[in-house]
Amino acid sequence: MKYIDEYRDGNVAQQLATEITKLSKGHSFKFMEVCGGHTHTIFKHGIEDILPDNIELIHGPGCPVCVLPMGRIDDAIAIAKTEGTIFTTFGDMMRVPGSEGSLLDIKAAGADVRFIYSPLDALKIAKQNPDREVVFFAIGFETTAPSTAVTLLQAQAENIQNFSIFCNHVAVIPVIRAILDSPDLQLEGFIGPGHVSIVIGLHVYEFIARDYQKPVVISGFEPLDIIQSIWMLLKQKKEGKVIVENQYKRLVHPEGNLKSQEVMTQTLEIRPHFLWRGLGSIKHSALKINSDFANWDAEERFKVPGLQVPDPQACQCGEVLKGVIKPWECKVFGTACTPESPIGSCMVSPEGACAAYFNYGRLSMASQRRELLAAEK
Amino acid sequence: MAQQFQTLDEALEKIEKVRQARQGKFYLKDKTIILSHGSGGTASHNLIEGMIGKIFSNPLLDQMDDSAILPINGSDARLAFTTDSYVVSPIFFPGGNIGELAVNGTVNDLAVSGAHPLWLSVGLILEEGFAIADLKQIIESMQAAAEKAGVQIVTGDTKVVQRGSADKIFINTAGIGLFQFPINLSSFNAQPGDKVLLSGPIGDHGIAVMLAREALEIEADIQSDTAPLNGIIQNLLDATKAIHCLKDATRGGVATVLNEIALSSNVAIAVDEETIPIRPEVNGACEILGLDPLTIANEGRFIAIVASEDAETALQALQNNPQGSEACIIGEVLEEPEGMVFLRTALGGHRVLDMLVGDPLPRIC
Repeated sequence: MKYIDEYRDGNVAQQLATEITKLSKGHSFKFMEVCGGHTHTIFKHGIEDILPDNIELIHGPGCPVCVLPMGRIDDAIAIAKTEGTIFTTFGDMMRVPGSEGSLLDIKAAGADVRFIYSPLDALKIAKQNPDREVVFFAIGFETTAPSTAVTLLQAQAENIQNFSIFCNHVAVIPVIRAILDSPDLQLEGFIGPGHVSIVIGLHVYEFIARDYQKPVVISGFEPLDIIQSIWMLLKQKKEGKVIVENQYKRLVHPEGNLKSQEVMTQTLEIRPHFLWRGLGSIKHSALKINSDFANWDAEERFKVPGLQVPDPQACQCGEVLKGVIKPWECKVFGTACTPESPIGSCMVSPEGACAAYFNYGRLSMASQRRELLAAEK
Repeated sequence: MAQQFQTLDEALEKIEKVRQARQGKFYLKDKTIILSHGSGGTASHNLIEGMIGKIFSNPLLDQMDDSAILPINGSDARLAFTTDSYVVSPIFFPGGNIGELAVNGTVNDLAVSGAHPLWLSVGLILEEGFAIADLKQIIESMQAAAEKAGVQIVTGDTKVVQRGSADKIFINTAGIGLFQFPINLSSFNAQPGDKVLLSGPIGDHGIAVMLAREALEIEADIQSDTAPLNGIIQNLLDATKAIHCLKDATRGGVATVLNEIALSSNVAIAVDEETIPIRPEVNGACEILGLDPLTIANEGRFIAIVASEDAETALQALQNNPQGSEACIIGEVLEEPEGMVFLRTALGGHRVLDMLVGDPLPRIC
């Protein structure tokens, strides 16, 4: 496929891997890919197989489905169960467990839950069903927030009164800062999120290099993008540089997308605190609908319980998200927690680190095991 | 913060458990039916093998293959018997309609068991208010499909339910086929060293149906691959007797079928990503929608597991039929890790290729 295959060329990947082996000279490096989309690519294409063993990738907290705490899912379910409501959501969210079941479960029990591909589809459903309340479950980092903002503006322009948004947008910079501040962190650099950066630009990452002395390379989502970004991080190390670099130049402008930033500012504001699954409460880390658009804010229109639900005890999503443990080191990985019946949200979305390991990574685990057993003999 | 670093042994044990969990043990935990139970993937297996199959259990059913193989008293001949229900939405889609699908699907279930399909039954469940003109068009295309496949529709039933109790039309077909010579193509027979053949490009049906649904607003020229497979399968069986398994890659796609074979035969299957034919339009739609073409349903494609030395002969036989012009060898059967299917990626890495989990496309057939 044009414009895709070029970025999946096995020969170029091998050449880059050879360069990475030379540059890293056998020293161990841990890099975190922040974004769930990167994690997905890494597993889908088996990138870890072609990297030398001394390069370890830590799968960060960049899957918005994974980091949403149970309390918010419970709130969504409370809204969806309200008589006369049509609740719309991206497919990923359907199976995420709240404290008493998922959206899929309440759909089976009779609630009108529909999955859609764009918030504008939700708006269309609202126009087609004027006597029903239509709610859109907005999730995602700054990548998807502009489409929520545009939908709010559209709802206002068309004066659609039976539509509202349950806003759960989160911000990437505060969570990276929280990771950098955690005491048990060992990381040599970041593969920065590409799609988020299309919106927010490059400058917002500069504190990571300046204050924390960690290099950042903003990366695209194809396999060669990611491998090249690893090479760029190592090159910085070799040259003694610590800067923010842009590998995803074909889409990321240093200033970001000013129009997107503008519509977000018009419609959304920063929450003082937001609870992240596994990571706890992080200051200024999420967005809510501002008072000008309160009419379209589901949290204003519906009674939401708003209870904070602690993460299930057995679940170690927090440590996985921070890269402290590997997904398979979690107590419930693959036993009580599987993609079919997830306990922790890292197992739910295909972008979640645990689901990625379960779906795609078991082979390397199996071969790792064989090697280890052979070594013991 | 709790730090739960595990010892190496514990971690290895966990990995072993994960592997064992894949050895075909299915449990039904759910309290209500959810859409995934109809997906053909893991949840379907949990429902069927974890509950329904256990209650109905008998030696013929327990084979759990596409058709039941029935002995005839006092004769060497055997019958194949199968049934399937069709609830696809929309009922008309590029490349076919629900009626054609209902005939071809049942013909194919018989054909992949190695039988010669002969007779079909048709059960119609119609919603009050459904247009007779639409029904006629569907019935006519069922007859055309039956003629094309060389089968007769010999019995049937019609029920009408109140508006809202069904969606336009649901169709059940059952079919009977005859084995012309003794052959066993069940999914238990894959052996290490065998080659994996695929009869043509994948994902066409699932993506065609998905794009025909209004909400997506993606336009592409993709036609369903719905077709009777008994002709091409006959060509294949005439060419070589070294066919170990045949399976049509319907719900859950090629990935699910390969997993079923790997689990039933206690083998591993390795597939080369680069060899799998996928039309650019299908690939593009999958990229946009975040779907894996390997888990998308097909209605006219099948997987053949063939002894290595006969693989080229089998491939030739497929390619000589217009339906199989794009057939190819996509991988091979290995001894271990048992029950696991993996993909050698174009990039040079590996990944596990799992059964479909959840249901990205309900009501695809």
